[in-house]
Amino acid sequence: MARIGVFVCHCGENIGRTVDCPEVSRRAALLRDVFYSVDYKYMCSDPGQNMIKDAIREHGLTGVVVASCSPLMHEKTFRRAVTEAGMNPFLCEIANIREHCSWVHEDRKAATDKALDLIRIMVEKVKHNVALESIRIPVTKKALVIGGGIAGIQAALDIADGGKEVILVEKSPSIGGHMAQLSETFPTLDCSQCILTPKMVSANTHKNIKLYTYSEVEKVSGYIGNFQVTIRKKARYIDESVCTGCGICQEKCPVKKIPSEFNEGLGMRKAIYVPFPQAVPNKPVIDREHCTKFINGKCGACEKLCGPKAIRFDQTDSFITEDIGAIVVATGYDLYTIDKKTDNTLKGYGEYGYGKYPDVVSGLQFERLVSASGPTYGELKRPSDGKTPETIVFIQCVGSRDAAKGVSYCSKICCMYTAKHTMLYKHKVHNGKAFVFYMDIRAGGKNYDEFVRRAIEEDGAVYLRGRVSKISQEDGKLVVMGADTLSGAQVEIKADMVVLATAIAAQPDIVPLAQKLGVGYDQYHFLSEAHPKLRPVETNSAGIFLAGACQAPKDIPEAVAQASAAASKVLGLFSSLELEREPYVAKVNENTCSGCEFCLMACPYNAIERREIKNRRGEVIKTVSYVNEGKCQGCGTCVSICRSKSIDLMGFTDEQVYSQINAMFV
Amino acid sequence: MNENFEPKIAAFVCTWCTYTGADLAGTSRLKYEPNVRVLRLPCTGRIDFSLVIKAFENGADGVLISGCHPNDCHYNAGNFHARRRFAIFRKLLEFTGIDPNRVQFSWVSAAEGAKWRDVVNAVTDEIRKLGPFNEYQKLIHDSFPFRHEDSGAEEISEKEQVENVK
Repeated sequence: MARIGVFVCHCGENIGRTVDCPEVSRRAALLRDVFYSVDYKYMCSDPGQNMIKDAIREHGLTGVVVASCSPLMHEKTFRRAVTEAGMNPFLCEIANIREHCSWVHEDRKAATDKALDLIRIMVEKVKHNVALESIRIPVTKKALVIGGGIAGIQAALDIADGGKEVILVEKSPSIGGHMAQLSETFPTLDCSQCILTPKMVSANTHKNIKLYTYSEVEKVSGYIGNFQVTIRKKARYIDESVCTGCGICQEKCPVKKIPSEFNEGLGMRKAIYVPFPQAVPNKPVIDREHCTKFINGKCGACEKLCGPKAIRFDQTDSFITEDIGAIVVATGYDLYTIDKKTDNTLKGYGEYGYGKYPDVVSGLQFERLVSASGPTYGELKRPSDGKTPETIVFIQCVGSRDAAKGVSYCSKICCMYTAKHTMLYKHKVHNGKAFVFYMDIRAGGKNYDEFVRRAIEEDGAVYLRGRVSKISQEDGKLVVMGADTLSGAQVEIKADMVVLATAIAAQPDIVPLAQKLGVGYDQYHFLSEAHPKLRPVETNSAGIFLAGACQAPKDIPEAVAQASAAASKVLGLFSSLELEREPYVAKVNENTCSGCEFCLMACPYNAIERREIKNRRGEVIKTVSYVNEGKCQGCGTCVSICRSKSIDLMGFTDEQVYSQINAMFV
Repeated sequence: MNENFEPKIAAFVCTWCTYTGADLAGTSRLKYEPNVRVLRLPCTGRIDFSLVIKAFENGADGVLISGCHPNDCHYNAGNFHARRRFAIFRKLLEFTGIDPNRVQFSWVSAAEGAKWRDVVNAVTDEIRKLGPFNEYQKLIHDSFPFRHEDSGAEEISEKEQVENVK
């Protein structure tokens, strides 16, 4: 007979406030096969865990149900505790009476009844649990970092410095990301490229880092410690091993008028180009769409002029497959585009005239306009006529914090970079006037508020609390109509230039990658961390970690910190010889398996194989399915597709699930 | 219809998306109806629809199935299997005269705590409107009068309890 122990946790007040825990414990004791039942303030504390251990030893329990928080939170804790008392960890189950009960209900009676129901369901399950052994799997000690911005570079360098191999994949022709586009960085105003380029160079030259630029992750299979990743190396039409990066091809290419991505469309580039002078690797790439050779077969100037003969017009995409142990996703962000020309979800700001008036620019475009490596070589000239703007208006929260017209979240970095922009502007145009329309100033961070105060007090930026309703053009000026809610006045500013602090958005092509990786994402396509507070760099897919703005808007220090955190998680993972995995795998009953092979077709991991059953004379009497435990991930799709009920999923067997259902409504 | 009728609803959810999403609803302290009993499975692909029948057999008035959004399945395609099976299962329900609205299907991701609240409330309302599912239970009773002997889960009397600490 089963002897089940039930342990009801109050979680301080968290459960006890809405669930009558002593009552639940008393009633749980009356359930069939429940031998011992007790409630305690904090079950996860040492004394709480000791209560469980003592009860197992004293009463010879055959199963344990802990009614507490979500199993995703403390299942491991309690399973470890029962193991210490000599019980198999898989004989311990959690009834989730906090996240699924006390926190979501207000009626004390209903919550108490529900808590008891949840316990009864778990008691019935645990009665049918069997002792299982964890599966041990080896770890490939090589990491993949996706994205070569500051977060990806930092994570790759940290892992490489820890002595482990890293593959760094970047989709654009150079690493560096958005940080390479910035002019100066807050709150110190040090030049972005000066602090970034040494890191880019180290990432390229580090003996443990293999860099794949202009490459994308094509396919991911496997699981923690044992991923197989296929990388598509897009055709550069250049033999990188031969190219010296002399730049003559770029100089002589006759196709000139292509808007430069690096300069946010404000400058032009050639059809064969290095995105920016400090690019790593400093090897050009041919833009197939604009190259005359690809369009009509003529030209070929670069090929003729290239000294080392590195041009390869016949190059095709190549594929590289790597065995990987852990993955860091550092794909970064994109700016919400707000012009009407692009097909984007953010439509609400047509009245700001972005895309219509050339002097209405985004924050990132302004960075390029004041950057020494930008299209104007650091001289601030407005895009329409090259005049130095004498009055400039910055508008914050364009798209952010307004679910009706954009996104509901705060983009976090705009308050700070707008303050920085006003300072950069005043340092370049001493007599200029800078106005900022803001909703709130959010300057939390070390030396951040001081930085904003400096912009206002020392550099004389005028901050107006209010929104802008409309921007129109009049006599070569932009008329900005807005409100100053602190003085209650309507404001009209005739400006030479307007800078919009547009919302930070997720990468537009992140969803297919997230789906390849099996990583969750929210409604705005930011990738989901495993726990918002306690596991901010892990994802729900074991072995895959997050770094930087792909998870949420972040500034540089935060992105770097998270990258280092992800790297330390990877190094921690790599420091173990082998991993333990939950033994939730499918098992075939060979006696009843009819060999229909439906499960072979259903299995997403090709974990099911055919096995021949032979008699003593060695003749095959039938073919059955056989589950390769190393490959099986335990989804259970084969179980529900099996016609003869011959496959079962350990940990979620039919017996367990049916008895749970039987106990659901009594 | 009985005004005070509180429906009993069984929910079969996957652990990666909906269970985690329901956890998020809890962590965010969102409030919803207490009628749903959640059963955690690794994936919606594990949901054999005889589980749904079993839930009705045991007195459920409605069933909710929820997993990851299409293409987001942790196991690549389990939710597609569930969706296909559900499409056929609905036809079967219609054929047998059971209101297909008693079985609801939804996608709730791990980041959609608020959606889980809305789904639970909507399903509870829907089933409350449909009323108790007596027809099915009567049918079961008529067909298998011996069934209710021992489901093994009912509370036993205090005397029977050998050692009942606290």
